Amino acid sequence: MDFVTRGFQGRPRGRDERLPPGQYLTGDFPVLSAGPTPGVDHDEWELWVATEDGTRHTWSWQELMALPAETVTVDIHCVTSWSKLDTEWRGVSLDTLLADVETAADFALVHSYGGYTTNLPLEDLLDGQAWVAYAYDGDDLRPEHGGPARLLVPHLYFWKSAKWVRGIELMLEDSPGFWEQLGYHDYGDPWREQRYQGD
Amino acid sequence: MTIPGHPGAEAAYDGNLMAGPLSELFALDVTVAVVRCRGCGSSTEVATLRVYGPDPGLVGRCPGCDDVLLRVVRTPDAVWLDLGGVTSLRVPAPRVAPAGDGDESART
Ligand SMILES: [Zn+2]
Repeated sequence: MDFVTRGFQGRPRGRDERLPPGQYLTGDFPVLSAGPTPGVDHDEWELWVATEDGTRHTWSWQELMALPAETVTVDIHCVTSWSKLDTEWRGVSLDTLLADVETAADFALVHSYGGYTTNLPLEDLLDGQAWVAYAYDGDDLRPEHGGPARLLVPHLYFWKSAKWVRGIELMLEDSPGFWEQLGYHDYGDPWREQRYQGD
Repeated sequence: MTIPGHPGAEAAYDGNLMAGPLSELFALDVTVAVVRCRGCGSSTEVATLRVYGPDPGLVGRCPGCDDVLLRVVRTPDAVWLDLGGVTSLRVPAPRVAPAGDGDESART
């Protein structure tokens, strides 16, 4: 199965209408890192989802590749104020990955190779809003942009789209991630300029 | 300052980048402070940390093991500091008379 969706954008809008408050457009793809780029071979790569009762679901790289993929074109917004329109990604929807996962959790803490974490409500990972993306602009996702695979949650500030994703911990209570512990917003809606705690 | 093949080789900055936000917090120069890594136990001057950033925040990593030692975020109205990766922070300070020693000159 292979289909193209216009990810979470609704009707076509003008350029300015697609730019959240306080953001500027860039044609570049700036790289922001909180640490060294982890090198993870496909052989060793694994994605896990853990539920609140300790149940673990895992996918090898081959298993991820065997899942139905989607190509999505989305706008992305970094908390450091750049936005990039019409970026094209390919990956597996979280709806697909979480389809057989039984949970009563309301929150997710996403874990990355290299130790990064970020938190978000589980409902923001569902209903066609989030992917585990492994290709960008038609090519394999490069390591500095989060390859082999990163989370893609384009409707929230881009620090929520964790690079080098390795696991998703489903939880009953919210638990702040790497930047959320240090002043950044727990939700991070670019349209409401939720950059910092209290915004 | 990068050393190929060493932890933190990709860090674009060293700890001097932290001088600005840290000077808002500390009366003393923290870049010459020595931090002890909770992970590997090595001691490092803050100025020689491997620092990633500057946005969304400054992340200072241990040159020995690459663990996160300290993080600083400057928001519009606050400075946030995380020292969770260190067991101690020793900052050189102006010399004061040792406690309980009294006035040496009065005894001579
Ligand atoms: Zn260390």
